[in-house]
Amino acid sequence: MSQADLSIHGQVSRTGATEIMTAPTFSVAAKKMAMWLFIIADTATFAGCLVAYGFIRNATPDWPRPFHSISNVAVMTLVLLTSSLTMLIAERHAWMGDKVKAFRWTMITAVFGIMFATLHLREWMGMIREGATLFHNPWGTPLFSSLFFSITGLHLLHVTGGVVALIAVGLRYRGGRYNADDLEITGLYWHFVDLVWMFVVPLVYLLNLSH
Amino acid sequence: MTTAATRKNGGMTKDLIVFAFILALAGLQFVIAYQNITASEMLVRMLSVAIIEAALAVLFFMHLAENRGLLWFVGIFTVFVLLALQYGWTDSFRVLDGVKWAK
Repeated sequence: MSQADLSIHGQVSRTGATEIMTAPTFSVAAKKMAMWLFIIADTATFAGCLVAYGFIRNATPDWPRPFHSISNVAVMTLVLLTSSLTMLIAERHAWMGDKVKAFRWTMITAVFGIMFATLHLREWMGMIREGATLFHNPWGTPLFSSLFFSITGLHLLHVTGGVVALIAVGLRYRGGRYNADDLEITGLYWHFVDLVWMFVVPLVYLLNLSH
Repeated sequence: MTTAATRKNGGMTKDLIVFAFILALAGLQFVIAYQNITASEMLVRMLSVAIIEAALAVLFFMHLAENRGLLWFVGIFTVFVLLALQYGWTDSFRVLDGVKWAK
């Protein structure tokens, strides 16, 4: 296909064929695309963990239902969902060019993340006090504790990483080294962490609620 | 209007509505947890609600609704991975019930 043919088909502008190579995929900047690829890969990781959990839970007849109260996990869910909203507000302010407010809302999001992690650790400590560890479960099969701590631990690790990223990117954004795009990309990761929690709560907590 | 311009001009109203929907759906999951139904029924209902929540978050919080090409790309890959992970369920039931035709 000649240069003229390519131009007719709208794939090349007057500047030449190099634009084919440099044009962003799906009109998305490379760093944002990289984040989306990471999110797809991480979706596979969490999906693998949750499907493995479902497989084992289904194949274990005496699966324990140790949770008596859902108040803590309800508060954790509220905190994490609200943090997504505050991140959206930060993104909006960043797009409007209001650096001060964008930075402030990013830090508020990070505080919500720290609150979530603290509540999570409180929940863990309560279970550990009752005798649950990675290899021991006082309510029945040790597989329950292994899966509970592994899945929630993986999510907690993501939240912790997200908090660090929010603080680091927020500070650099305020200092002028990063722009609104960078804040939005960090926001993508944070919303993903929120999204994963929407599946962890029903599968790991609510289905194991004692009635 | 470009994506950036849309975001600059767009208010928080849509975000707040989506947030309220997601919050309500999250609350619905907790209501389902206290229903007197079988575990499998509960799983189906909770997962259905979670999928709607996730779709709202992906479309509006992660702005995929604004980029249809990327939406298809992410959607096809994710659905393929999720479907590919379902191969083991029959074996899970075999572990639980044994091989019925071999009894």
